Amino acid sequence: MAIDIVQPTVGLSKIAVSETHGENSPYFAGWKAYDENPYHEIHNPSGVIQMGLAENQVSFDLLEEYLESHQEATSWGKKVSGFRENALFQDYHGLLAFRKAMASFMEQVRGGKAKFNPKRVVLTAGATAANELLTFILANPGDALLVPTPYYPGFDRDLRWRTGVEIVPIHCESSNNFQITPEALESAYDHARSMGMKVQGVLITNPSNPLGATIQRKVLEQILDFVTRKNIHLVSDEIYSGSAFHADEFASIAEILESRNYQDAERCHIVYSLSKDLGLPGFRVGTVYSYNDQVVTTARRMSSFTLISSQTQFLLASMLSNKEFTEKYIKINRERLRKRYEMIVNGLKKAGIECLKGNAGLFCWMNLSPYLKEATRESELEIWKTIMDEVRLNISPGSSCRCSEPGWFRVCFANMSEETLEVALRRLHEFMDKRRNEEMSLLY
Amino acid sequence: MRLIVPLQGIVQGRGGLILGSIIPCAMYYFLQFYLKRRRSPPNLPEADSNPPSPVASSSNLTELSRSASRSNLVSRASIGRPHVSARVHSIAKANDSCYYVGLDRVSSDPYDRVGNPNGVVQLGLAENRLTLDLIENWITEKLNESILGMNANGIATYQPFDGMSELKVAMAGLMSQVVGKTVTFDPSQIVLTSGATSAIEILCFALADQGNAFLIPAPYYPGFDRDMKWRTGVELIPVHCRSSDNFTLSIPALDQAFNQARKRGQKVKGILLSNPSNPVGNLMTRETLLGLLDFAREKNIHIISDELFAGSTFGDEEFVSMAEIIESEETDKDRVHIVYGLSKDLSLPGFRVGVIYSYNENVLTVSRKMTRFSPVSAPTQRLVTSMLSDTTFIKSYIETNQERLRGMYELFVNGLKELGISCTKSSGGLYCWCDMSGLIKTYNEKGELDLWDKLLTVAKINVTPGSSCHCIEPGWFRCCFTTLDEDDVRIVIERIRLVVETCKSPS
Repeated sequence: MAIDIVQPTVGLSKIAVSETHGENSPYFAGWKAYDENPYHEIHNPSGVIQMGLAENQVSFDLLEEYLESHQEATSWGKKVSGFRENALFQDYHGLLAFRKAMASFMEQVRGGKAKFNPKRVVLTAGATAANELLTFILANPGDALLVPTPYYPGFDRDLRWRTGVEIVPIHCESSNNFQITPEALESAYDHARSMGMKVQGVLITNPSNPLGATIQRKVLEQILDFVTRKNIHLVSDEIYSGSAFHADEFASIAEILESRNYQDAERCHIVYSLSKDLGLPGFRVGTVYSYNDQVVTTARRMSSFTLISSQTQFLLASMLSNKEFTEKYIKINRERLRKRYEMIVNGLKKAGIECLKGNAGLFCWMNLSPYLKEATRESELEIWKTIMDEVRLNISPGSSCRCSEPGWFRVCFANMSEETLEVALRRLHEFMDKRRNEEMSLLY
Repeated sequence: MRLIVPLQGIVQGRGGLILGSIIPCAMYYFLQFYLKRRRSPPNLPEADSNPPSPVASSSNLTELSRSASRSNLVSRASIGRPHVSARVHSIAKANDSCYYVGLDRVSSDPYDRVGNPNGVVQLGLAENRLTLDLIENWITEKLNESILGMNANGIATYQPFDGMSELKVAMAGLMSQVVGKTVTFDPSQIVLTSGATSAIEILCFALADQGNAFLIPAPYYPGFDRDMKWRTGVELIPVHCRSSDNFTLSIPALDQAFNQARKRGQKVKGILLSNPSNPVGNLMTRETLLGLLDFAREKNIHIISDELFAGSTFGDEEFVSMAEIIESEETDKDRVHIVYGLSKDLSLPGFRVGVIYSYNENVLTVSRKMTRFSPVSAPTQRLVTSMLSDTTFIKSYIETNQERLRGMYELFVNGLKELGISCTKSSGGLYCWCDMSGLIKTYNEKGELDLWDKLLTVAKINVTPGSSCHCIEPGWFRCCFTTLDEDDVRIVIERIRLVVETCKSPS
């Protein structure tokens, strides 16, 4: 038998071969199942319905209408005279008109309750890049960021993979609706220190993903006091701020800072994006808004690795500065999301499933813990797999979100039509009925 | 323990090791301590007080002052101010490198033949304006909303992060056209990112660990110092090329650099080459490329071939892509990765379209995941797909561009020749590599920078000094000529003549 001569394969980096990108978790496996058998109401009515993607399609018609009636924005005007300078524009400061438009849009989303200065807006190609960029700036490899659980599964990759920074969870519990408590903050901090890690900051998502709820003003104040006491940073990922069902139920960290006259604001940084609120994920528009001059300067230069296309900046600058359009969009979007939320929560209730009381976002936080065989992660994954295989719904298990209590699931409702949502609810209803009947029959 | 040597120029053999490194090191550190103690809590620059410098990314800036030693600047936050990472300090401090000064000078007093004829002419930016009119025409004729796909589920929904498949197909076509149709590129080996800057950084993250090194022929594009090292922590080891060889890379020099690195305990993971080269503009010969492949094979390392200027050639030499060399190989494809983009050949730097082309499936997998942090914007993908798919247009564009580049190159180089300034014979890029060593007073970096300053303040032109490109021979300058038209060239030559005359007059 011939001996195979194995050529030495040329190696890759540790980062390349590590699993820290986190893409082997169930969160991503569900996507694969959907990709292989996607639902289509006509062509594949028994396919997998994607309820694991937090995408906002409920208000796209408004965007379409705007774009159709404002064609100069898409084509640099009739004489394309602006095209040349736009095509050559690669300044990491970003188009001033676009930065102004972003600042103004962010103000509008917060109902004018906080002011944003265009000079502090740093542009990145998406919030994914913004979060990673801030992590590179605020922490060294081996340092820790405290993040409340449950959290967006992508954080494991975005905050840790290339940066070498660790995430230490701030455990939140269903007993108080998963709110962050000062005790939980202290406990996470101490835990990180006990493992020899330097804590550089706290990263919150407000409104929260996956909870679908805003953080209460009182809690924000407590978090701000905590980070001030420990002299660390606070990153507030507010990408769902325009998706709060009632504008007055969302309080941004910017408002808190303004009410404190920006004392100690240097430790605060906000991440925003147009992917969720405006339903434009493909555009790749994110921003870091920092109250810290040094961070702004550094972030700007670092944004060289993740600049937004000048064409996109140009296109959106005029759209976002059109206050009439943005007012209308924000208002209608909120209403539609609220309606969807009510639809899904009521539908789930009829099927015997409770959800966390939510008031924002593109998803609800569903509680299947009463239906678990055992209160373990394995049982949760078992039910998740059943729902995937039998009910053919792709939902996100709480364990992917590092939830400390098994049995919770994130279910997205804004990335499909109402009809599709009805189909999904019907399937779930049938599944739960069947289960109940099976359990009943076991008793007799 | 490695000596941290801030003053590169001296260590590059012009001052001896002891005098050259230890004494300046010690003085430098004492100065830093002294200043830190004296300084009150730093008055950090206002967010926008860095003057509206127009460009910073994939053009030719270095923002790292050459005396910055990143790992040594400690974060000494004052009480109550939260600490930031060590990375911040090497970049955030106000920049006094001659690059920034030059760019600032241009932006505060930009030349305009009509509006500001005494302004500073920008010759330090590798930006190509010569053929943009063709693209403008195409846009005027062809652009409509169907191209931009402004409909539900068109541009707005999440797309595959490594780029739409239609764009990959169109890009593969462009790349093939650009290298002279000698290679067919496979769209499935393409990963799209927001610019070549991102592409290079992703490859560094994928191929090397912090502290590992890449060999890089010098002089090289100053931006690499930032792009490759900053967040990845990799090191760059220059392999010096000399005017006597017309600045071509010699394999023995590469070998020597590799061995020296090994002695120092530095692990070399690959070679980064630019072909056509920036700043020199020469093309790598088939023999050199084959030699490089053999070398990489022997040492079991990677090759990154940055072919960003592949379509911007204008000489008699044929351009040979690394892809052509590797196509005929059975093995070792795994070690070759090509970087491309639309910033130079298609004059669309603002649109942020970069390409990683690799033969290594693992590298492609990792790159696809990493490009989530730097994807191409959807409306731009649509626009570019349409443009690149119009192969008739692209063919005519590339040919016209090459003609105009040749014309401008010859005009500029002949103009310099009149002044007694010679340039290396180059066949690509948007610039020429000029030997002004005859004009500098002292044959060292200081002499070169003095001349640079004179060119900026007296001739009022911003050019790139060779020291910023890590050129080991002083007196060389890169002059980009693609933002000029023919009349501007005349004006620039006359301005340089003023400086030449003052340099020649006895002082």
